[in-house]
This record gives sequence, C-alpha cells and structure tokens, in this order.
Amino acid sequence: MTKTLKNALLGFVLAGLPGLAWAAPAATKKNDYAIDPAVGWDHLWNELLIDIMVIGVVFGIAAIYMLIKYRATSPDQVGSGPKFSNAQAWAWALIPAAIFMADDFFLSAKGWTLWNVYRRVPDNALEVKLMARQWQWEFDYGQGVVTNELTVPVGRPVVLRMTAEDVIHSFFMPGYRVKEDVMPGRVTYIWFLPNKPGKVVALCTEFCGTAHADMFTDVIAVPEAEFNAWLASKAKKADASPVPANRNS
Amino acid sequence: MGALLKEWVFTTDHKRVGILYLIGSIAAFLVAGLMAMLMRLEQSTVGLNIATSPDDYNVWLYFHGAAMILGFLIPGLTGFFANFLIPLQIGARDVAFPRLNSFSVWLFWAGIVVALLTFVIPDKPDVMWTGYPPYSVKTLGNTAFYVFTVHLIGFSSILASINFIVTIIYMRAPGMGWNQMNMFVWCTFGAFIIQLVFVPVLAAAVTMLLFDKYLGTNFFNPAQGGDVLLYQNLFWFYSHPAVYVIFLPAVGILFDVIAAMGKNRVFNYKAAVYGGVFGIVLITGEVWVHHLYVAGMPDWLRIGQMVTTLLISVPVGLLVISLWGSLYRAAITFNTAMMYAAACLFLLLVGGLTGIPLAMTVLTVNLSETAFVHAHFHFVMALFAAFAMFAGVYFWFPKMTGRLADGPLATITFWMNLIGVNITFWPLFIIGFRGMPRRYYDYAMFPEFQPYHQVATVGALITGTAMALMVINWIWAAAKGKKAENGNPWRAKSLEWTHADCPAGPGNFPGPDPKLDADWTPYNYAK
Repeated sequence: MTKTLKNALLGFVLAGLPGLAWAAPAATKKNDYAIDPAVGWDHLWNELLIDIMVIGVVFGIAAIYMLIKYRATSPDQVGSGPKFSNAQAWAWALIPAAIFMADDFFLSAKGWTLWNVYRRVPDNALEVKLMARQWQWEFDYGQGVVTNELTVPVGRPVVLRMTAEDVIHSFFMPGYRVKEDVMPGRVTYIWFLPNKPGKVVALCTEFCGTAHADMFTDVIAVPEAEFNAWLASKAKKADASPVPANRNS
Repeated sequence: MGALLKEWVFTTDHKRVGILYLIGSIAAFLVAGLMAMLMRLEQSTVGLNIATSPDDYNVWLYFHGAAMILGFLIPGLTGFFANFLIPLQIGARDVAFPRLNSFSVWLFWAGIVVALLTFVIPDKPDVMWTGYPPYSVKTLGNTAFYVFTVHLIGFSSILASINFIVTIIYMRAPGMGWNQMNMFVWCTFGAFIIQLVFVPVLAAAVTMLLFDKYLGTNFFNPAQGGDVLLYQNLFWFYSHPAVYVIFLPAVGILFDVIAAMGKNRVFNYKAAVYGGVFGIVLITGEVWVHHLYVAGMPDWLRIGQMVTTLLISVPVGLLVISLWGSLYRAAITFNTAMMYAAACLFLLLVGGLTGIPLAMTVLTVNLSETAFVHAHFHFVMALFAAFAMFAGVYFWFPKMTGRLADGPLATITFWMNLIGVNITFWPLFIIGFRGMPRRYYDYAMFPEFQPYHQVATVGALITGTAMALMVINWIWAAAKGKKAENGNPWRAKSLEWTHADCPAGPGNFPGPDPKLDADWTPYNYAK
C-alpha cells in the first residue's frame, strides 16, 4: 500500500472524530432546559430518518439495478466481478469503514448531546414519587397526597423518582417521548416538560404478568394555578384521613 | 421401519445428524408459527378475542419467542446447515467427533420435547423468552421448564461449537488454505466462536434463576441484597451475541447462494472475512447494554455502548459491501434459492437501518419495548435469517434428497411470503413509533391502532399459509420432486457440488479424498 493511500485513509478516519470532540464539551454544559427533551427527540428522529433513508434508498436501488442488469444471458456465461490488487482490496475495506465510522461518530455526538438534556434534571422541577406494583401506578406528591393518575402543572419540569414493589415495570409516556424501567431495590428517574394542557397516556412496557397490558393511566397537564389548587385540596383531604384513599383500587 | 428408525436415531453421519436438526427445527418453527397466528388473531380487535384469559396470550408469546430463537433459528443454522455443509464444503468425510455430534442432536431433541411440554403441563411457563426476574421467580408458571429448555439446547450448542471449530481447523482437504474456504464456513466459524464464549454465561444466568425460584437463593432478590439487573446483564451478554450466531450463518448462506447463482467471485473476500466476520466477533461482547438502555444502568455505560453499538455498522457494512459487490458484473440465474437470497438483501436493509435509531440511547427511550422494536428485530433477525434458511434449503435440496424443490408452488409461496411479511411488519413500525407497546394482548388505550393491527393480521395469515404450503412442498419434493440429473444442478464450483453425489452418500465423496490446487477457490468461475 502506498504512503499516499495510507495518509488519505487516516484522514478519512480522523474526519469522524471531530464529531465526538464536539460532543465532549457539550456533555459538561449545564442544562438550562432551553430544549424540551420531547422536542429535541422529534428533531433528532427526523435527522436520523433522513440519514437511514438515504442509505436505504442508495443500497436498495443499487441492489435492484444489479439484480436486473446482471442476469445471465446464456447458461454458460460466468460473472466477471473485479479481482483486486492488495491496495484496491484495502481501499475497498478502509474507505467504506471510514465512512460508516464517520456517520457513527456523528450520530453518537448528536445522541450524546440530547441524552445530557434527558438526564440533567432542572433545578425547579416538581418532584413526584412513583411506586409501581402489579398492576397499578401510584404517584406520591408528598403531604400525604397519593393518586393513581399523574396530574402535572403546565410549563414546569416534572421529575419522577420511581421504584417498584414486586417485579420490574417500565413507565412509558409516548406523548413525552420518555420511558425508564421501574424495579424493586433501585430508584430510577425521568423528567419531562408538560408544555400544553391535556391528557396523554402512560403505560407499562416491561412484561409484568397477566394484566401487563391493562396497566395504563392518564397523565393530565393543567395550568399551574389549577394544579396548585388541586394539590392543596388533596392535601387537605389527606390530613383528614390518615390512610391514603387510593391504596386499594 | 424399526431398523430405519434405529439407523437414524443412532446415526453418526453428519448429513443425517443435520437432517435430524432440520426436522426438529421445522417442527419448532411450525408450532411457534401457529402461536404467531394466534397472537395476531388475538390482536385483531381491541379486547379479549380468542384467548380465554391474558395468560393464554402470554404463554403463546413465551413459546413463540423461545421456540423460534432457541428451537428454530439457532439449531436450524448452526445445527442443520453447519452439520450438513461444513464437512462437504471443506472436503472432509465427517466431523471431528461424530459421536459427540450425535449426542448434540439428541440434547437438542430433548430440549424441543421439554419446550413442547409447555402445552401439556398445568402451570405453563409465561416468562417470555427473556425470563426476567423477579417476575420469573414470583410467577406461578413453571419457570423450570424454561430453564431446562435453555440448558439442554445450550449444552447442545456448546458441544457443537467445539466439534465444528476443531473440524474447520484440522479437517480441511489437503491444499485448502484459510482464504480458500467457503464464506458459509467462515461465517459459521465466527458464529461457533461466539457460541463457545457466550452460551455458558446464559446457562449460568438461568441456573441462578432456577436456584432463586426453587432453592431459595437470592441472587436477584433486592430484599436480601440481590440485584434484579444482574440477570439482565448476564442474559444479554449472551443474547445479543446470539443475534450474530443467527446473523452470521445466514449471511454465509447468502454469499454462497449469490456467488453460485451469479457465477461470480465474492467481492473483496478478505475484507468480508477478516473485517466483517471477525469484526463482529470482536465487537459482539461489548454491545449488550443497548438492550438495557432504559433499565436504569449508569449513564456512562449507556453512552459508551451507544458508540460500540453504532460501530457494529462497520463490520456489517463490510459484509453488505461484499454482498452487494458480488452482484456486480455477475451472471445471475434466478431459481427459488436466488429469489429468497435477493429478498434477503431487502430485508437486511430494512431491519439493519431501523436498528440505527435503536442503537442510539436517547432515541431508544421512546422506542424500546414498542412494536417498532418488534418489527425491527423481526426484519433483521427472524425474517432475514429465515429467508436465508429457505434460500439454503432450496439451494442444497438436491444435495439432501437428490431432487429439486423448485416449481410453481415454490415460486407462489415465495411471493406470498415476501408480500405477507411486509404487510405484517410495516404497520407495526408505524404504530410502534406512535407508542404501541409489544407483548400486549390488548390495546384499550390505543383503539385508533385497530386498523393497523388488522392489516398486520391479514399479512400474518398470508405468510402462515405460505409457510405451511412451503413445508408441504418440501415434503412432497423430497419424495416425488424432479430428479437432479447430476451431482451439480446449479453448476457451482464449491466442493459439495463438484466432488459429491446428489444426494451425498456415506463418506461424502465417492472418489479419492479431494485435493486442491493453490489457485482453487469455491468461487473461481472466471479464473
């Protein structure tokens, strides 16, 4: 292999690295949740969709073209695929490898950046404790307020500190593009930003037995004032009765 | 009849052992396929349909997954194809340890019987093929049958791995260098290395499960200091590599079918072998955390393994370039095998590319455990590997039976299969992206997805019918099909075609042992 070729290939591999170098400082930046993670998710998904569709279309068309074009015209015909010299063989291995690697590093960098948004809980987040059991979600707001539906204020980040009593469950809100497993013996967390009033569904996505498919509930986003009033009235009721009302639904 | 049965059960002939694997894996495939039909029918409308309780659905789902992976894909590829082809392709008269080989297939059959007992025992296992604790420990279902199935088939795999690694290293025909082996032999060699290293980890994990459930140990019980995530780590440390145990031999079959039917050399053979196959062997043990992206693992691990998972695109990309390149300036003749092989290229693209978002930790927080994942792994593992196996069965059918299985029924079932699977799984990508979870018998929270489920069910019924007809066609063709005129109906250059009869007889090669020149390769059509 000639020296020029070696240098050219090295350049190709290195071309992918700046992507990662760009992500590393991003990892240390403080999360000011300028981005709603769900919006970031949709954005990244769209970029990725273009990436994989371009690859898919190029390879798909190439395959169809060759399958049609290179049909044998007589039974005695044999193929005449290229026989490579060493340098050509290396080039055909290293150049595609470098291109794939560059795309990998690029995607890693993008993914890492958004991941940091997903994992840094904003300081002003409302904290709710989530307990999962077969087959029920239980949300604890403190002050004795315990519910089976999640009510959240619009415009304020919400962090769920989650654990389970019996088996592994997974708390999934497709509307907020987030999920994380909930299991006995560990506390996991997710955060999300309710950005408009309304209801989305939350469901269990780790197989947990007979009624796994029935383990779903609502996440209701209401204006902040309404939320505060709701919480206060619930807290008042909880004061009156020492046992949380919803424990036995 | 008794004598014939005895001859088959106690056979040490690698070809017959292979065919025993094939029969067992087709049996597993048909029963597991029936479960798939039941599940699709159950999901055709919201609410409980044909199941009497959700537990029925969970048992079908358990059996479908466990039997398709452990009973059909792995034994079909590393049992049947490896057994039948490797000695023939490397010019050996049998495997290195024929009696060990025979024992492996017995263990496999025992595993199939234990798996099938699922339908007979009162406390049917319902732990999914993954068997995650604490559910698998707490359930009233019979987790032991799951564990024993894994033990038997796993032990069978370990013995087969040793057998074939030794066979490939030491029993190649005189003159066959490493770079003159069939792609199928190389790919399977990689798969057996992976099996040998990783199967024991799975065996250990399920054994701990057995101890926790029946002997009162607490490996996975956090109340007593255990950890529920330990199992998932051990399980996927094997089970992601298991994907390549399925993927690699399937790619090997594709290379051999495409090269023979295109009368072409393999494009950049050495890059495919040393970059593609060994790249996968090298990386495969460092990517399992992508199955645990939402399991509460430390962030640095989730990010680190995102990079390693994405880097799988490098060796897989090299294999893809070689596969596509082998079509370049080929002289392709389409038989049923080549049609399945061509379809595989498309399935590989869809399945492989939809894996890229799932490799990215942050995209997985929305996509994991949804029908999107379900569709992705069916395309890349289930359908791709199954179609490659069908290509292989049609291609080597004359070598097994002396007859051809091609014909109108083969062509019709091919198109039904290809159309059916696409009708089934594309709607699942769409509803999965919109939040439909997998492993759900019902979807009361998403009534708007019912039409998508119905389309998928129609596709599944088309595929199910086609698969059943295809198997009937094989059985018919084995008895009554058109005879292959000579030992080499496809005019291929690899040893099983040039040196062995159709069907290949005892001792494989009727003449003297094959001896090869320095410039011989299984793909030297053009010289």
